Order: sequence, then structure tokens, then C-alpha cells
Amino acid sequence: MKYLVLMLPSAISLCVPFYNVTEPRLFGFPFFYWFLLVLIPLSSLLTLIVYRIEKR
Amino acid sequence: MIAHLNWPATFVFVSFFVLVSLLGFVAAHWKRGDLANLHEWGLGGRRFGPWISWFLIGGDLYTAYTVIAVPSVVYAVGAYGFFALPYTILIYPLLYTAFPRLWAIAHRKNYVTAADYVLGRYSNKWLEFAVAFTGVLATMPYIALQLVGMEKVIEALGFEGHGLASHLPLTIAFLILALYTSRSGLRAPAMIAFVKDTMIYIFVIAAIIVVPLKLGGYGAIFDAAGGALHAKAAASGGKITAGLLLAPAQIAPFITLAIGSTFALLMYPHSMTGILSVRDGNAIRINAIALPAYSVMLGLIALMGYMAHAAAVKVANPQDAVPHLILKMFPDWFVGFCFAAIAIGALVPAAIMSIGAANTFTRNILKPLAGQNFGDHHEALLAKVISLVIQLGALIFVLRASTQFALDLQLLGGIWMEQIFPAVIFGLYFRFFSGAGLLTGWATGMALGTYLAWTPKAWVPVHAIFGANFAIYNGVTAILANILVAALVSAVLPDRARDETREERPEVPVSQVEPAAE
Repeated sequence: MKYLVLMLPSAISLCVPFYNVTEPRLFGFPFFYWFLLVLIPLSSLLTLIVYRIEKR
Repeated sequence: MIAHLNWPATFVFVSFFVLVSLLGFVAAHWKRGDLANLHEWGLGGRRFGPWISWFLIGGDLYTAYTVIAVPSVVYAVGAYGFFALPYTILIYPLLYTAFPRLWAIAHRKNYVTAADYVLGRYSNKWLEFAVAFTGVLATMPYIALQLVGMEKVIEALGFEGHGLASHLPLTIAFLILALYTSRSGLRAPAMIAFVKDTMIYIFVIAAIIVVPLKLGGYGAIFDAAGGALHAKAAASGGKITAGLLLAPAQIAPFITLAIGSTFALLMYPHSMTGILSVRDGNAIRINAIALPAYSVMLGLIALMGYMAHAAAVKVANPQDAVPHLILKMFPDWFVGFCFAAIAIGALVPAAIMSIGAANTFTRNILKPLAGQNFGDHHEALLAKVISLVIQLGALIFVLRASTQFALDLQLLGGIWMEQIFPAVIFGLYFRFFSGAGLLTGWATGMALGTYLAWTPKAWVPVHAIFGANFAIYNGVTAILANILVAALVSAVLPDRARDETREERPEVPVSQVEPAAE
């Protein structure tokens, strides 16, 4: 389970055809770009959750 | 030579450079330890907490060369250059899970390098040598490229010259770096990393606010860049694939480059040095959570390739795109600040790389060759001398050889580095692989990766395997062959050698699992 949660953002980041599109745009950024930029903090957040659970 | 120098920018640039050079020398007294000991000089005494490591490892992995190279690929071909983002997402689960284990063993056994661990784990001197040799070989061109990054900004300040004189500022900067590295060891880049990273963050935040304001917003930037890339692709008559989205033929290379680079990055001696210098495994886990902040920054820096198009920066060499964008968008004093950030950004990784390579060379190549045990003090002294030699070597390399040669070696270096991944990481999880198996796998991967990268015209990163539309990064093909051969040979010659990493604690049952597909 721990590994699944940790690997999830990586797995998504490799599904390139899914995000290799322009629409929907956000603040002028094509989807390709803002999606990748949002995925990074998301991966951090999931790692933080795993870390917190492990610490308990 | 200095007739066209941008004086205000140069003044700011030189001031910051002097500041960090002083810091580099002062660092010897920070968290005082006996610098005549290799683990004090080369790993800062393993006492860096999460904060210091965040700056140190961040400054180590996201190098000045990255700051120049990633946007230059984006400037040249567009979306393809963003493979760096999935790549930096993939690194952190690996860092979070595998490296606290490796750190704990290294701490208990006083290992300083990856090759130390491999020797302890498999009791195989040849495998130790293979891992050490690969690391040193791949690090040399990487240090040289840091210098190239630095020279780009010195040129952009308006410094001109012919022959050897044109390299004068770089030579001075590098000699100072070599001196304080050999004096202060890892403490120098750790201290400088604070200044460097703060400067880079200020530079990036200013750029992502100011540049869109001047150029009419991000929508306009993407539109202008899309237009420029489209025109470029059309003018090349289909030879160049460039655009805001990936072409179908680019998708497989994009994915495999991200995967392959992930396996390679943390294997470099400088990554190992940065990670092993922390205080405890927890500091590594916290950094796996906090370091992605640098990835966001890298993504924003990559966008500067597009900003350069929107600002109508026209340069023949894409590596000049970011320096020229900065010159066009900012007042002179801030240009000096940004250029100083990039140049100092080269010093931190160059120092850590030379320390990492020197640690490896001393402990895992020289010591076994000399066939005797040096005392601790001799070992540290040798490492200091070797770090000097490595830095001078990189400098001479840049002065004498072509940049293209360094780039080619760097490309091959990534493929080579990947090939020690099974030897370093598998042993943490599996008992199945043997030293002989991993060594044969390594040799197979090195040969195949190098062979695939060679074409009569140039060294290439990808090779079409299943038809022209399905090219795969050579490093990935090579590591798959590597693992396959390692598994086959290990099945024939199982792991019966002494494993000192498991001694001194109760035997933990480890199931003999086959490696799962990564």
C-alpha cells in the first residue's frame, strides 16, 4: 500500500498521452505544462502522508 | 577584452563571487571536525540535518548546467525538454524508500562511497572497482559542463578574448574553487549552497513575475513560442520535430529518458556524497518531501526557453537563450545578480562532484591497487590532492577539448551510471543476485549502451527498436539487458560470498523474491 501511494504520481507522470493536450488551459498554460507543475506538489503531499503514517 | 563589459552587472557579479569564496574558506571552521579524516572532509562528519541537506542536495542535483541546458532544449525543440519534470517526480519515491536503508548501513559500517557498500555487500573487488570506475568516469565530463555553464554567463557579461585569455575569468574562479574545496571539504559547498539557492529562487521568482508582465502574460508567451517552434519545424522540412506538445514519435523517448535518467541520477558519486552526509535516515525522508520544491523551480526555469522566444531572443546556440533573455528583461544590476546565481550554481555541484569522485578514487581504486591499508590521515590527504587534480583536469578539459566532446561524454555518462543501479540498489532488497552476476550484467549494460549510442555521425541518446516511431532511451535498453544477464548468471553462480552489511545484528528473514518490474 505504502509503495502504491508513493508510486502513484510517478505512474501518472508516465501516462504521457493522457496529458499531452492543450486544453483545458489554466492562466494561459496549456494542460501539458500546468498538469506537470501541479503533479510535483501533489507527489510531495502523498509522500508527506506516507511519512506521517509511518511515524505514528 | 573588457571594452564591451557591462560594468554594473560585472560589479554585482564579482561582489557575490568574492563573498562566496570567503565563505568557502571560512567553512572549514563550521561544525568543527578533524578535517584530516575522510568522513569529516568528504562527508562533513555526517551531521547535516534536514535543512542543511535540503540546500546541499538541492544545490547538488539541480546544477548550473541544468539551469542552462533544460531551457536550451525547450528553446530548441519545445515540449520534449520537459522530460525533466516526470524525471524529477520519479526520483523521490526511490530516494524515500531505498536511501534511508543504504544510509543506515553506510553509517554503521563507516562507508563513504557506493563502491564501499558494494564491496561490503558482495565481497567482490572487481564489482567494487566497476562501480568506482563508472562513477569517476561519468563525473569528469559533468564537472566540465558546470564550467561551460559558468563560461556562458561570463561571456554574456560582455567579456571578450582570444585564445587562452578568453578563459581567464573562468580559470581564476576555478582555481579559487579548487583551493577552498581541498581545504574545507564538503563543508564549503554546504555553506555556499545557502547563498546559491536563495539567489536562484529570487532570480526565478523575479523572472516568472516580471517577464510575463512585460510580454503580455503566459498565454501570449506560449502562443509566441508555439509560433516560433512551428515555423522552425516547417522551415526544416520535417527534419526537426518541435512544438508545444509532443509529436507521437517523441512520446516513447520522453518516457524512457525520464525513467533512465532516474536510475542514473542518484548513482553519481556526488549524489551519494550529498545523501550520505546527512545526520539520519529521517533527514533523507524529509528531503524526499521537500526537495520537489526544486523541481517546480526547474519547471519554471524550463519555461524561460519559451520566454526567450516571446522576447524575440534569437541566438544560434540555444544555450545562450537564458543569458540573453536575462540581459533583455532586467536592469544591469539584477543581470549581475542572476548571472552570479548561475555561476555560483556551478561551484556547488562542481565542488561536491570533485569530492565525491575523489572519495571514490582514493578508497575504491587507489587503495586496492596499492594493496595496503593507508592510515586515515593519509587517506584524507590523498583525497584532497585528488580533488585538486580532478578539478584541474576538468578545467584543462574545457580549455583544450571541444564542448561537444564534453556533451557526448555526459550523454554516455548517464547511460553508464545507470548500469551500477542493480549492483547498488538490488542488494538492499534481494539475496538472489550475486557479485559475479551483477558484474557480468554491468559489463553487458556498459557495452550495449555504448554500442547503441554510437552512430557514424554522432552519439545519440535514443535508438529505434520497434520501428521508427518507437525509439527507446539507450540507457533503459541497456539496464534491462543488464538485469536480465545479472539474473541469469546469479541463477548459475548464486550469492554465497560474505555479506558484512548483515553482520552485527540478528538475521532478518528475507524472501528470495525476483525483482519486480520497476
